[in-house]
Amino acid sequence: MIRARAFKYGDDINTDYIISGKYKFKSADMEAMAVHAMEDLDPEYYAKVKPAGGILVAGKNFGMGSSREQAPLVLIHSNTKAVLAKSFARIFFRNAINTGLPVVECDTDRIDDGDELEIDLEGGVVRNLTKGTEIPFAPLPPVMAQLLADGGLVEHFKKHGGFAV
Amino acid sequence: MVAIPGKTIAEKILSAHAGADARAGDIVVADVDFVMGQDGTSPLAIRALERMGVEGVFDPKKVALVIDHSAPSPLEGVSALHTVMREFGKRTGAIVYDIGCGVCHQLIPENGHVVPGDLMVGCDSHTCTYGALNVFSTGVGSTDGAAAMASGKLWFKVPETMRVTYTGELSPGVYSKDLVLYLAGLIGADGATYMAIEFDGPVIEALSVDARMTISNMAIEVGAKAGLMRADAKTLAWHEGRSERRPNPVDPDPDARYAREIEIDAKRVGPQVAKPHSVDNVSPIEEVEGTPIQQGVLGTCTNGRLEDLAIAASILAGRRVHPDVRFIVAPASRRVLLDAIEAGYIQTLVEAGAALVTPGCGPCVGTHNGVPSDGENVISTANRNFKGRMGNSNAFIYLGSPATVAASVIEGKITDPRKYLG
Ligand code: SF4
Repeated sequence: MIRARAFKYGDDINTDYIISGKYKFKSADMEAMAVHAMEDLDPEYYAKVKPAGGILVAGKNFGMGSSREQAPLVLIHSNTKAVLAKSFARIFFRNAINTGLPVVECDTDRIDDGDELEIDLEGGVVRNLTKGTEIPFAPLPPVMAQLLADGGLVEHFKKHGGFAV
Repeated sequence: MVAIPGKTIAEKILSAHAGADARAGDIVVADVDFVMGQDGTSPLAIRALERMGVEGVFDPKKVALVIDHSAPSPLEGVSALHTVMREFGKRTGAIVYDIGCGVCHQLIPENGHVVPGDLMVGCDSHTCTYGALNVFSTGVGSTDGAAAMASGKLWFKVPETMRVTYTGELSPGVYSKDLVLYLAGLIGADGATYMAIEFDGPVIEALSVDARMTISNMAIEVGAKAGLMRADAKTLAWHEGRSERRPNPVDPDPDARYAREIEIDAKRVGPQVAKPHSVDNVSPIEEVEGTPIQQGVLGTCTNGRLEDLAIAASILAGRRVHPDVRFIVAPASRRVLLDAIEAGYIQTLVEAGAALVTPGCGPCVGTHNGVPSDGENVISTANRNFKGRMGNSNAFIYLGSPATVAASVIEGKITDPRKYLG
């Protein structure tokens, strides 16, 4: 069960917003890069989310753009516990699963910035504790759920010595 | 008996590589024919391999690392990452294309690493470019890339397919870039998310392989996983002499099932421009003509090939770049540069006032080679114009064809290339 505050943004948040391409080469240290997470959209993102953790909530097509895996990684390192969006760009979605960042496709219209959320990944439901509402979602296909449960693709390979799905 | 519907190109290639009857929606683990990484993504893939405890790669001849995004290195940090890639190549035998070789998406097909019917993944979103060569190629992240480098396999969700048919014919001054920008404007940046696209019709058939690659390159800009075309005589001729492997062209079945079908009459498409800050913010050029520009860019994996340089050179021949404009030209590869020198295009462009930079990504992603200043407008042949894309979030990027860029750098403002024809 994942529980944290919602940080809400809009549609079409691309990977350059999540982590600007100009930082891609600055460092391979994700902790240092995480400071710049979402910076062009919200310069305070890291400062707000890092201390107590947060759930990033967005509209449609979250993570469009580049294949940079730094995108889910900086979110993880900024203490983002999960991303909820109406839809995700494909590569970002894969990268999130592969790096162990829970991503959930669901209706995010009735979530407001600051709402307290609880995500039940297996049960397929987001509970909005502030509003007392529940948002159902289709649980992940088994292959993806397995990778996420193993903690991402690297851990999966370490554990099974290759693909075991 | 219920008739089993036919298969799309994506379903056929993924079935063949998974050894299964794969249909849209299935998840398969499939063998890949090639794996690529570039200098922004390879270091993370190498680290993931180390964390997996894997020493080598599944087949060194089928793995290439390309140093193109920030090359030659502008910073010590980048130099260190490049060193990691070179050492990995030495250690595992994987192919390394070092600075000056060119953009990954030009080098992989140019050097015959893929042939029609192949399945390949690259740690770069524009890996979809080789769809124009009938290769199911798709961009993945570094961890996916590492898994593929280690095992020669990867998991795939078999995509549904959207069919985009271009009918009629192109008007003078209109190019494949305009066709794909028009599509982005029509269906939006998420119009084909999770899907493969099959591009076909008489207009695609009439295009050169160079021009076709521009379209497949931008499939990702509408969210697609792959931008596939059939292999025809032109594709096969293009492959001649590049690879020892035999092409295995894959056509869709006539009764293949498509999630969506779109027909675009090319006659109705004029020069198109994507305005800041998204690729689907597209207008006919008439609506943005006259917008002042301070920088022009000709190059990138979208439009840095020989034909693109030829188009720009034909417009710039005997003319001068506007004094208030910097015009940066980055050929897609060393081969393209050499061919363009031989054909005289480089001479023409440089005489006109172009700044020629190393074959590679050029200023596309803002890591080197021409970061715009605050408030400046750039017109570029690249595929993305996101805020901050070229390294400055206070700059504004417009995207157009090589002809549109060439005409615009002459006048110092966005200009319809049709006035420079003939
Ligand atoms: S040219 Fe631009 S879009 Fe193409 S691979 Fe390089 S950075 Fe990416």
